[in-house]
Amino acid sequence: MPGPASMVSTAVVLGCSTGGLRALSTLLAALRPDLAVPVIVVCHRSQDDDDALFVELLARHSALPVVEAGEREPARPGRVHVAPSGYHLLLEADGRFMLSVDPRVRHVRPSVDVLFESAAEVHGAGLLAAILTGANDDGADGLLAVRRHRGYAVVQDPAEAEAPQMPQAALKHAGADAVIGLIRLAALINERCR
Amino acid sequence: MARPDPDDVELELFIRALQLRHGYDFSGYARASLKRRVQGLAIARQCQTIGELTTRVLHDDGLLPSVIAGLSVPVSEMFRNPFVFKALADDVFPVLASYPHINIWQAGCARGEEVYTLAILLEEAGLYERTQIYATDFNDAALAQAQEGIFPVAEARAWSENYRAAGGSASLSDYWHARYEHLKLDERLKRNITFANHNLVADGVFCEAHLILCRNVLIYFTNELQDRVLGLFRHSLVRGGYLVLGNKESIAFAASAAEFCEFDARARIYRLGAVPA
Repeated sequence: MPGPASMVSTAVVLGCSTGGLRALSTLLAALRPDLAVPVIVVCHRSQDDDDALFVELLARHSALPVVEAGEREPARPGRVHVAPSGYHLLLEADGRFMLSVDPRVRHVRPSVDVLFESAAEVHGAGLLAAILTGANDDGADGLLAVRRHRGYAVVQDPAEAEAPQMPQAALKHAGADAVIGLIRLAALINERCR
Repeated sequence: MARPDPDDVELELFIRALQLRHGYDFSGYARASLKRRVQGLAIARQCQTIGELTTRVLHDDGLLPSVIAGLSVPVSEMFRNPFVFKALADDVFPVLASYPHINIWQAGCARGEEVYTLAILLEEAGLYERTQIYATDFNDAALAQAQEGIFPVAEARAWSENYRAAGGSASLSDYWHARYEHLKLDERLKRNITFANHNLVADGVFCEAHLILCRNVLIYFTNELQDRVLGLFRHSLVRGGYLVLGNKESIAFAASAAEFCEFDARARIYRLGAVPA
C-alpha cells in the first residue's frame, strides 16, 4: 500500500484560529528551508488587525520567508503566504491569489472553507491541507472539499491543539488521512514537498 | 490534456446565458469568487447544479433581479477602514478645496454606506455645498436601497466607532434617526448625490471627476477587466485627480495604471499624472 510519503504535493494550505499563532510558529520553524511548494495560511483575526505585525511575528520563527498573500500575485514555492485580515482569500486556476469581501462564512472572513475549497479545485490530489487549533467549526466544509478532490487531509491531534473544537469539527465532518501533532505534520510536509 | 471540471463548464454556460438572454456580461469576472457566488445562488434556490440555475434564469425573468443582486458588490459599512477616510479628509480635501466645484464619483456604490460616509465627511469639511457626488452601480435594487438611506440599527455601534476613529468631529448619530430596527440617514445628506445606473463592464465616461472611490470592486475582476476600468477612471479624472481603491488591491499588473502615482500607499490613494510642485 502506498504510504503518504510516496506521494507528492503541489501546495500546502493551513487553517487555524484560536492558538493559531503559536501553532504556526511551531510548525513553520520545523519546515525545510528549501520547500518546493507554496504554503498558504488562513488564521482568523479581527477585521482591522495589523497584517504587517502578524507577518512579522510568524517570520520570527519560520524557516521560510513569510509574506502577506498579495492580490493578483502568484503563490510562490518556498514561501508562506498569509491571508490578509478582513478578506476571503481564493486561489485562481492559474495559481494567483484573489480576494473577496463577500459575506462572512460561518461568521469569519477570511474563511478557511473558502481558501480550502478554491485550492482543492486548483490542486486536486496535489493539495495537502491541515486544520489546526481553533475554537469554531470553520474549515470542516473546506477539508471535505479537499478530500472530494482527492487531496491529502490532515487534522491536528485535538489532544495537542490549544483549542480542540476546530480539529474535532473537521474530523467529524470530513474525516482525515492523518490525525497527528505539529512536529509530525512538519515532517510529513517536508517529505511530500521536496 | 485534463478534461475541464463539469462545474467549470456549467459556470461558463451560465455566464453565456446571462449575456445572451439578459445582456449582462460577467465574462470579465475572476472565476474563483464568481463560482462561489453562483453556487451560493444555486443552493439558495434548491438547484442541484449551476446548470439547473441556468435553465431557470433563462426561462423565468422574475428570477433575474435577485441573481443580479447576488452577483454584485456586497454590503459594506460606513467609514470602513477609518484611516482611509482620515487620509481623505486630512490630505485630499485640502486640495479639492481649491476647486470652485467638486465632482466625486463613487463607482460601485452598492447600498450606499460609503456614499453617505463621503457626504458626512464633506459636510464636516465645509465642502459639501459645492460638491456633486455621482453614486453608480449596475444593480438597480441596490441603487434603490442606497437612495433610501436606511440601514440595520445593529450596525450603529460599529459605524460610530469607525466614525470616531476617522476623526469625525460630531457624533455619527447626529446624522440619522433610529426607528424600530432601522437607521434612517438625514435626508439633507442626499441633496448633492445623484444615484444612477452605470455598469463598469460596459459603460463609458460620463463626468469629469476630481475624486473617484471604487473600493473592493475591482477585486472581483480579471486582470483584463481591471485594466479596462482603470482606463475608464483615467479618462474620467481631471489631471491631478484622486483614485481610492480598497486596502488590499493591487494595480501593479494593469497597463492603464501607469499614469497613477501612489499618493498614500497604505490607504490605496492614487493621483493621476505628475503632481504639480
